[in-house]
Amino acid sequence: MTTADTPKNGGMTRDLIVYVCLLALAGIQFVIAYQDISTSQMFARMMIVACIEAGVALLFFMHLSDSRGLRWFVLIFTVTVIMFLQYGWTDAFRVSNGVPWAR
Amino acid sequence: MSQADLSIHGQVSRSTATEIMTAPAFSVPAKKLAMWLFIIADSATFAGCLVAYGFTRGATPNWPRPFHSITNVAVMTFILLSSSLTMMISVRAAEIGDKAKAFLWMMITAVAGILFATLHLREWMGLINEGATLFHNPWGTPAFSSLFFSITGLHLLHVTGGVVALIAVGISYKGGRYQADDLEVTGLYWHFVDLVWMFVVPLVYLMNLSH
Repeated sequence: MTTADTPKNGGMTRDLIVYVCLLALAGIQFVIAYQDISTSQMFARMMIVACIEAGVALLFFMHLSDSRGLRWFVLIFTVTVIMFLQYGWTDAFRVSNGVPWAR
Repeated sequence: MSQADLSIHGQVSRSTATEIMTAPAFSVPAKKLAMWLFIIADSATFAGCLVAYGFTRGATPNWPRPFHSITNVAVMTFILLSSSLTMMISVRAAEIGDKAKAFLWMMITAVAGILFATLHLREWMGLINEGATLFHNPWGTPAFSSLFFSITGLHLLHVTGGVVALIAVGISYKGGRYQADDLEVTGLYWHFVDLVWMFVVPLVYLMNLSH
């Protein structure tokens, strides 16, 4: 039996629950858009909901919850990419403020 | 005693050692691993664009708020989220070997993608008709339309590529050239496109609603 032949955990019921949760979370974002709050508050609230949505989609639709090895791979590789992206910060500050620590 | 009969620390047999050496990295099949590598790299691209957008928006006073209605974007979100479910149904059907059902739901997913792209273009045309171009818009800061068209255009490009992939992989799967795991890998990409939209909607659309 290959990996493809093995049914994933949960089945269609779990997929439907995840789908409804994602719709509800998307709905919450639309509700937040009409709240009378400051831009920074709105940004923070929307990003929190978006991160939860993304987490649910990653874990269940993209099967990260089913594979421990994959979870480690994604975690290690993502952290590595994020760390290497920080290389650009010094250049970004140099553009706006001159060479950092020039004094 | 031959080399082949040697065990490592007296516990791991030759066959087990061979399995360890030949097993895929992180116990993930190569195709899936490659798709995840692409997804992580592509996430960095989108993250860069969205951070640049957020930085520019935060640094610009009187940022334009040209969107009067959320109906179109709400329908687009609903379609894209639903297409993730139809993709899951297709993958589940492929897992149990139901080729016809897997192909049918994959094509439904592709149709949802086409519908999403059509609504996306309709949204674009509305803004273009109001006078927005890549370098100019009637609401002030030119950076708004540059960033709006760039970010949503990049996402639309991904959706279009995804639709082409869904159709091509679906047909090849039906023809017996591709297997169920190929559908799963294509599904991963489609879910990623959906995932990116979850960040594009609040940042680019919902925070620019005119109240």
